[in-house]
Amino acid sequence: MAVRKLAPEELQPQSFVLSPETEAFADKEVAKYPPGRQASAVIALLGKAQEQAGGWLPRKAIEAVAAKLDMPVIRVMEVATFYTMFNLEPVGKYFIQFCGTTPCMLRGAGDIRQVLERRVGEQNHVSPDGTFSWLEVECLGACSNAPMVQINDDYYEDLTTENFEKLLDDLAAGRPVTKGSQIGRNRSEPFQAVNTLQDPVLYDGSLVGAWRTRFDEQAKAAETGEAAAAMASVPQEMKAAKPTAGRAIETPVADTPAERAKAGETPINPVDRKEAADPSKATKGDSHTESGARPAPQSSKSYVASPTKDGEAVPTSPTTPEAGTPPAQAETRRDGSESKPDVVVDKDNMTS
Amino acid sequence: MTKIIVDGVEVDVPAEYTLLQAAEMAGAEIPRFCYHERLSIAGNCRMCLVEVKGAPKPVASCAWGVRDCRPGPNGEPPEISTKSPTVKKAREGVMEFLLINHPLDCPICDQGGQCDLQDQAMAYGVDTSRFHENKRAVTDKYLGPLVRTSMNRCIHCTRCVRFTAEVAGVPDLGALWRGEDMEITSYLEKALGSELQANVADLCPVGALTHKPESYHYRPWELTKTDSVDVMDAVGSSIRVDSRGREVMRILPRVNEAVNEEWITDKTRQIVDGLRLQRLDRPFVRENGRLRPASWQEAFATIAARVKGTDPKRIGAIVGDLAAVEEMYALKLLMESLGVTNIDARQDGSVLTPVYGRGSYLFNTTITGIEDADAILIVGSNPRIEASLVNVRIRKRWRAAPPPIAMIGEHADLTYPYEYLGAGPETLSELASGRHSFIEKLRGAERPLIVVGQGALSRPDGLAVLSAVAQLARDVGAVKDGWNGFSVLHTAASRVGALDLGLVPGEWGLNAQTMAQGEVDVLFNLGADEIDVAPGAFVIYQGTHGDRGAHRADVILPAATYTEKSGTYVNTEGRVQLANRAAFAPGEAREDWAILRALSDVLGHRLPFDSLNALRAKLYAQYPHFAAIETVQPADGFAAVQALANIGGTPGREPFASPVTDFYLTNPIARASGVMAECSALARELKLEAAE
Repeated sequence: MAVRKLAPEELQPQSFVLSPETEAFADKEVAKYPPGRQASAVIALLGKAQEQAGGWLPRKAIEAVAAKLDMPVIRVMEVATFYTMFNLEPVGKYFIQFCGTTPCMLRGAGDIRQVLERRVGEQNHVSPDGTFSWLEVECLGACSNAPMVQINDDYYEDLTTENFEKLLDDLAAGRPVTKGSQIGRNRSEPFQAVNTLQDPVLYDGSLVGAWRTRFDEQAKAAETGEAAAAMASVPQEMKAAKPTAGRAIETPVADTPAERAKAGETPINPVDRKEAADPSKATKGDSHTESGARPAPQSSKSYVASPTKDGEAVPTSPTTPEAGTPPAQAETRRDGSESKPDVVVDKDNMTS
Repeated sequence: MTKIIVDGVEVDVPAEYTLLQAAEMAGAEIPRFCYHERLSIAGNCRMCLVEVKGAPKPVASCAWGVRDCRPGPNGEPPEISTKSPTVKKAREGVMEFLLINHPLDCPICDQGGQCDLQDQAMAYGVDTSRFHENKRAVTDKYLGPLVRTSMNRCIHCTRCVRFTAEVAGVPDLGALWRGEDMEITSYLEKALGSELQANVADLCPVGALTHKPESYHYRPWELTKTDSVDVMDAVGSSIRVDSRGREVMRILPRVNEAVNEEWITDKTRQIVDGLRLQRLDRPFVRENGRLRPASWQEAFATIAARVKGTDPKRIGAIVGDLAAVEEMYALKLLMESLGVTNIDARQDGSVLTPVYGRGSYLFNTTITGIEDADAILIVGSNPRIEASLVNVRIRKRWRAAPPPIAMIGEHADLTYPYEYLGAGPETLSELASGRHSFIEKLRGAERPLIVVGQGALSRPDGLAVLSAVAQLARDVGAVKDGWNGFSVLHTAASRVGALDLGLVPGEWGLNAQTMAQGEVDVLFNLGADEIDVAPGAFVIYQGTHGDRGAHRADVILPAATYTEKSGTYVNTEGRVQLANRAAFAPGEAREDWAILRALSDVLGHRLPFDSLNALRAKLYAQYPHFAAIETVQPADGFAAVQALANIGGTPGREPFASPVTDFYLTNPIARASGVMAECSALARELKLEAAE
């Protein structure tokens, strides 16, 4: 979706008054709803106000609609900014809504877009003479006549670069133009000759109920006993798909005291207790890497994994220097990398 | 009542309950962001997904009614699951989506530590994100001096939009644009115009809206929390005062269904800086026309010297709007022992007196009672600025099903439509004589409510107006068994307590206005800053701020504000509530009752208590209803209305004018606050703009 924003202050008109025609329209719209529900008419009114203001909604117009409907301005503003059909910035005399959705794109909307970019300029910008501005929009529902654009209130379909250029020329010069298909098609009827749906069988009634034949054949097959055999091979008891299939399920992996107590064991594993009481293990935890699993370096920027040869001594725990190690030798890392064994500080901060 | 099974627990809930409410009844916790009990249901955050048995997809429990659930095939009650793997996965998915565009601001975010998103991400989220694209960026919006925005953090729950539109009734906020471009803003980024606007920052489940005045000053876990009660108006909102060390850092609302639900006004909340600015932190004595700092002994000696030689008839005492019951009681005892009858707590000139019974000056209907009223007449009051949370209740009533509401007094925007009858007492008499169609609505109502404000009572003919209102109430049957629709709306936190204590002039006593005009030689001013004292009298000012009262004083006794002392306050309904001490008074300032106790010693009339507990014991013995904390002691409505109606009198022709001209600057604490000054200036600007 294109970025939308309110028009800058210098483009905003100083005042906006609903014209008598708009007022009359507004009264008619409001009358459609029960008393007190006049706010329901806000979209219709904004549309009419946009028409009156020349294709876009100045701030003053939004305020005028709010006053007319006795709504807080912010509520009207919400509606005006929500719907992309309300232009909040000035548009050209001819506002081209160019369809860029798949069917049009397949039928050459890319070329049309190039024409627009060349002739009118960037989208959402009014051409210097004020004649054109364009905007890429989503599907306008005329896919059978793709590619197409909507200019102001009308559709122009079956475009090619040539006829689109001509269309723009004609519009700019004020010459009359044809609405709808530009290649002489009648609405979305087949172009030139009718090539499809011509088989007379389609129209003689012989196909009525033809879909049922397949089922009749199946029923016949069942009589031969084939189907019964097939049915027998199907497991009689249907197993529901596992509710846990494909989902991350928490399983109680932790050997928590609560779990143990529930299982009727002592809350603390006696092995753990013994280990905890062992003074030789009190301060030094078993290294996770002793078993040989080595974590990959976390970043290639600041830390470099030192290539480890088999049998090389592995530091048991970098945070706990061996007793007697002089402080200068103990590697001090202030960056939290202590917890990453096998990572040496790249002092020069160079990638290897 | 409908049965529903939540996680295997069968509960019986009203059919109109949502699944979320039913789950809570069953004890299951449902995470949520957009859902809020007091706002309409939006259903856009999707955090409250639960699994309904038989439904193909998880459903948003906040927006799914119990009555919308199908029973089981054999008529079993519908079954929902809030703990199933599907629900867990759904919550994780929603959380991951919410965090896609949420910046990792927590270390610098004021909401850190009190953030719903933080807590729920910990409880229900996953630890990683699969989103590697750029996060969206949103420009911050200006929403006025009270709310700071950081819109990158917004998760579009629209609680703020719904609050301003529904509760506050000032629809300033909206959600512009759509989809990923959606932004919460006010129209053209104007400052919010509501007196309740800061509540949106409380409502915000993330750190998108935070409180501007206190931003970056503290972390919530550093604060000591003290439950207390607000004194900015006579509503007596329940608040929590958070302090760090000696300093009050912030004030938050506490849920109290009977009074403020869970809202507080901006004045209640953002007065905090007023508690430390302009404080009187030592006694002062006026010498040669100038105040100089003095010791307590000097100050007391100066007072004693003046009082001793003065005839008790020429001594008077005025009590201000923020005084607690304890000090008013101490002052009353002191004045009685001195033989002084000139004592008055009604500095605004209100005519309410306890003579006609307690029912003659209470908001008898009670604040929750407003929700039962089926016709409302407001006389001489602008509840929106005099008691904003009463106005919120009236608005709540109006939103539920609009009752006829009419107003006699100043034409003002009350956030709900009303029938404007007229400006003054004539309209009231016209209404009473049946020349207004509204009288039919009042008569026809089963539970009519007549609110009479201080604008109608703080005037020379106030008693006649009050009598006329009472007559009207009697005529329309506003006071009957089970319903008392005669309600007086106060503006001062101390007023009802003072009237309960009988702090009105005794026999031949002078009232506050007369005393201030120079009819006394020695005037004891207990924190009355909204009254001009004529030159001549010797004024002892006991108060907290260097405001009008202190400027006129001859001796200043520095006292404690409501956050620095334990005090009893009675709100406009007559609800007795306790304010607790959250911090200590600055410098040499002391608690008010202790000052009066010490002064009484010097004056030779020692008050019979040495501690706050002893004072309260005496107070409760004499006025038992003060002991019933948090409750309203109903008053005899019939007798009061009858007594008032019998006064009669002819009201004047002056139109009613609200006593509150500037909502943000009604008391000395507010006038000392820079934030309130800013709000006041902004409100004036908005008013001017609106008038254009």
